Amino acid sequence: MSQLAVTVIGPDRPGIIADVTEALAGTGVNLEDSTMTLLRGHFAMVIVCSGPFDEVKSALEPLRGELVITVRTMGPEHEHAPIGPSYVLSVHGADRPGIVAAVTRMIASAGGTITDLTTRLSGELYVLTAEVELPLTADLEILNRALEITAEELGVGVTLSPAESDEL
Amino acid sequence: MTVTEVISGWTPSQLGVDGEVLEVVRAPHPVLATEGATVDPLDPAMLKLAADLIVTMRVSPGCVGLAAPQVGVAAQMFALDVTDHPKTRTSHGVFVLCNAVVVEASRQEKGREGCMSVPDFTGDVKRATRLTVSGVLPGTTEPVTITTDAFEARALQHEIDHCNGKLFLDRVAGAHAVYPRKVYQ
Repeated sequence: MSQLAVTVIGPDRPGIIADVTEALAGTGVNLEDSTMTLLRGHFAMVIVCSGPFDEVKSALEPLRGELVITVRTMGPEHEHAPIGPSYVLSVHGADRPGIVAAVTRMIASAGGTITDLTTRLSGELYVLTAEVELPLTADLEILNRALEITAEELGVGVTLSPAESDEL
Repeated sequence: MTVTEVISGWTPSQLGVDGEVLEVVRAPHPVLATEGATVDPLDPAMLKLAADLIVTMRVSPGCVGLAAPQVGVAAQMFALDVTDHPKTRTSHGVFVLCNAVVVEASRQEKGREGCMSVPDFTGDVKRATRLTVSGVLPGTTEPVTITTDAFEARALQHEIDHCNGKLFLDRVAGAHAVYPRKVYQ
């Protein structure tokens, strides 16, 4: 039994998730992590599951056509080891090429890693929200200054705020 | 004496019984999804449970509150102590409350919560930051009313939810508001 990545992309309509997961359930596959969203109205879903590759592929066959479906075998699961405290990064401003690249490059050069990211464009307004982990050794002041400079060059606003959870 | 003095003056020694450390149960244990029974605050078994909740809370690093369902008992009782938490403004010290209900809640704010019973996830939850709760201290019969704010308000709502069979997972602020727990170093 291998770990599989199933991606489903296509025009949205009610019932896609039910159709896809029903087909998968029929193969005895176990859904593990998944995420789904609408990207400019397109249905987009990624599922990591464990099950028999051939059966999963053929169970999804009838849904191909309106939907672009891929099934791939994944390598061994890598447990994500957090590298440090969490932050939420938000960027917003007038749309222009290069915002995501420039801002995420700053995070990467501070040794940070992004664990979740969403970008949305509505009219002229571009909005980026990301969950970021920064190593304890990262110099927050320098990173914030670097982000400010980058944001200024791009003409956008950027905020990096702590997102630590409280144990209750 | 004011209510604040009554609660702040309350100490676990008033229970007259030593607590012991109980095992904290984890989701998906069914007791965590069960509405707790109303308790008799004079019942010796409940005084013992109150003492157990405090001791178990004390030995759990970073724990500021513990509800009866978290130790496997579907009952309306929890222990709380936010005294040393940096986000605390008003604090009533350490206390146990029975049959607590929210009387008034306002000024919702989002915050990220973790829970000993859901060790692998955290989640963003909106909670009132101004809160009035009524309940009974164990070993007494007179209801007390607690008005508080900030972190104590959040913790109270989290514990009252436990007593009603609800977890923070039932209240998350959106489809992308549950996160894998971050444990680093």
